Amino acid sequence: MIRFDSVSKRYPGGKEALSRVSFELKAGEMTFLTGHSGAGKSTLMKMIILMERPSQGQVFINGTNLNRVKPAQIPAIRRNVGVVFQNHQLLFDRTVFDNVALPLIIAGFKAREVGRRVRAALSKVGLSGTEKQYPITLSGGEQQRVGIARAVVNKPAVLLADEPTGNLDPELSREIMSLFLEFNQVGVTTMIATHDLALVEKMNKRELVLEHGSLKAAE
Amino acid sequence: MNRAKSSGATASVTGFSARTSSALSHHMVVARESLASLLATPGASVMTWLVIGIALALPAFLYLMLVNVGEVSQGWEGKPRISLYLREGTSVIEGNRLTLELQQKEDVMSAIFISPDQALVEFQRLSGFGDVLNTLDNNPLPGVIEIESANRDLVALRLQAKGLAERAEVDTVELDLEWLERLMAMLSFAQRLVAALGFVLALGVLLVIGNTTRLAIENRRSEIEIIKLVGGTDSFVRRPFLYLGLWYGLGGAIFSWVLVQASLIFLADPVEVLAQSYHNDFSLTGLGPVMSLQILGGGVTLGIVGALLAVGRHLKEIEPR
Ligand SMILES: Nc1ncnc2c1ncn2[C@@H]1O[C@H](COP(=O)(O)OP(=O)(O)O)[C@@H](O)[C@H]1O
Ligand SMILES: [Mg+2]
Repeated sequence: MIRFDSVSKRYPGGKEALSRVSFELKAGEMTFLTGHSGAGKSTLMKMIILMERPSQGQVFINGTNLNRVKPAQIPAIRRNVGVVFQNHQLLFDRTVFDNVALPLIIAGFKAREVGRRVRAALSKVGLSGTEKQYPITLSGGEQQRVGIARAVVNKPAVLLADEPTGNLDPELSREIMSLFLEFNQVGVTTMIATHDLALVEKMNKRELVLEHGSLKAAE
Repeated sequence: MNRAKSSGATASVTGFSARTSSALSHHMVVARESLASLLATPGASVMTWLVIGIALALPAFLYLMLVNVGEVSQGWEGKPRISLYLREGTSVIEGNRLTLELQQKEDVMSAIFISPDQALVEFQRLSGFGDVLNTLDNNPLPGVIEIESANRDLVALRLQAKGLAERAEVDTVELDLEWLERLMAMLSFAQRLVAALGFVLALGVLLVIGNTTRLAIENRRSEIEIIKLVGGTDSFVRRPFLYLGLWYGLGGAIFSWVLVQASLIFLADPVEVLAQSYHNDFSLTGLGPVMSLQILGGGVTLGIVGALLAVGRHLKEIEPR
């Protein structure tokens, strides 16, 4: 489903953020991406949705070489990958419903179908009945779950989460992780970047460890 | 990318017709939302509409005035005059006969014969050179026929003068067109001026709308980033801003229409009194349906083009980071 082939990334004027990273994620697989701060976790995930391009090497998603993808084709790729990214949180001037509905409206679903799917996604993350509320009225954990609902509402084949439990307490973190596990169990290829090693241990899934841009071990 | 929909994750495939109809309804939703967002900040929006309205009203109003001046000159009471200077030796009888003949013509309102003797008397009276002329042996002045032409348009007048010059009795023809030529020259100068002013003000409208759109883009930066992140196409991202431009342009055009119409009502009475004192059944030409539509269409076009320019420049810079 996702394959990195000797991918390196050097930011303009910076040191190498990724050095010859190679790995493959099978369809339906769940993986944790760990490593110190600045190890290159975010950079790696951004490449999967073409927010960054490799300096060297190739990224394949479902057989498509992303180096060959033209700008006009990027939206189609992104629609198939749900993301939970820290600095792309919710729109606070929109209701929960509007936030979650965004990917569906972009994909051109009819209003009735949008409503049905948004309610289903919200119910899956345990936020039924919050549609009309504004995100600011929700707790941090609830906001995070609205973000997850938005990431999965379009039923993407791949789900990426960059430190989704970053500033949540252990209890909430566990809840969020089990949510990802549920999505993975219905076949969504899932990759979660985190530095919560204790939690990763408990989940007992594959782990990719980055250190200064290099992949250290694959279990 | 459909193959990427793997087991369990149901593919999000929707029929083509469902997508087009929802794209249409999305247009309507966006149009409504962008109008609502303008009305949510009425102060700022009305200011922008007024600025655009004045910029559009000024050339429209001046253009209308030119149309009206053109119409007044069409029915001008000061009739064009043609003076026929007759050849030396043309007798008074011949002069009178020619005058009578010319009076029958359709393109001649009136023709008056002034014999050399009459011309001399007139000249002495008007110039005060009586003594000088008395010393001359014979009268140096030719006979003249003064014609008021029925023609109003320059080309026809010139043709008429040329025809008259070809007559045996006629030495030279003088076409007293200066006032008409001057008016026409001034009108065409004024038309260019109004066109140039209109062009400059249209550029101004483009800048106003472009800048307003740029601010709107800046305000919605995080929204644009998220839309791009979840797979929004460029045209999807662009859409609300184009509708914003459309509403700014349309609103400004409506303001300008009202401004022009109000000025016309304000001016109509005195102008008509003035014009009718020239024995004219003149009434001020207003904004007809065609010009009204032109103003609205112009406003909408400027709005969309202004927004397109801003969007083209600024949306590319915004990418999720
Ligand atoms: N846009 C950027 N420009 C320059 N350097 C960057 C940029 N983004 C990340 N980096 C650098 O790349 C390295 C990896 O960053 P990142 O992928 O964010 O690591 P992580 O997510 O594991 O903390 C860091 O040294 C960081 O400073
Ligand atoms: Mg990071």
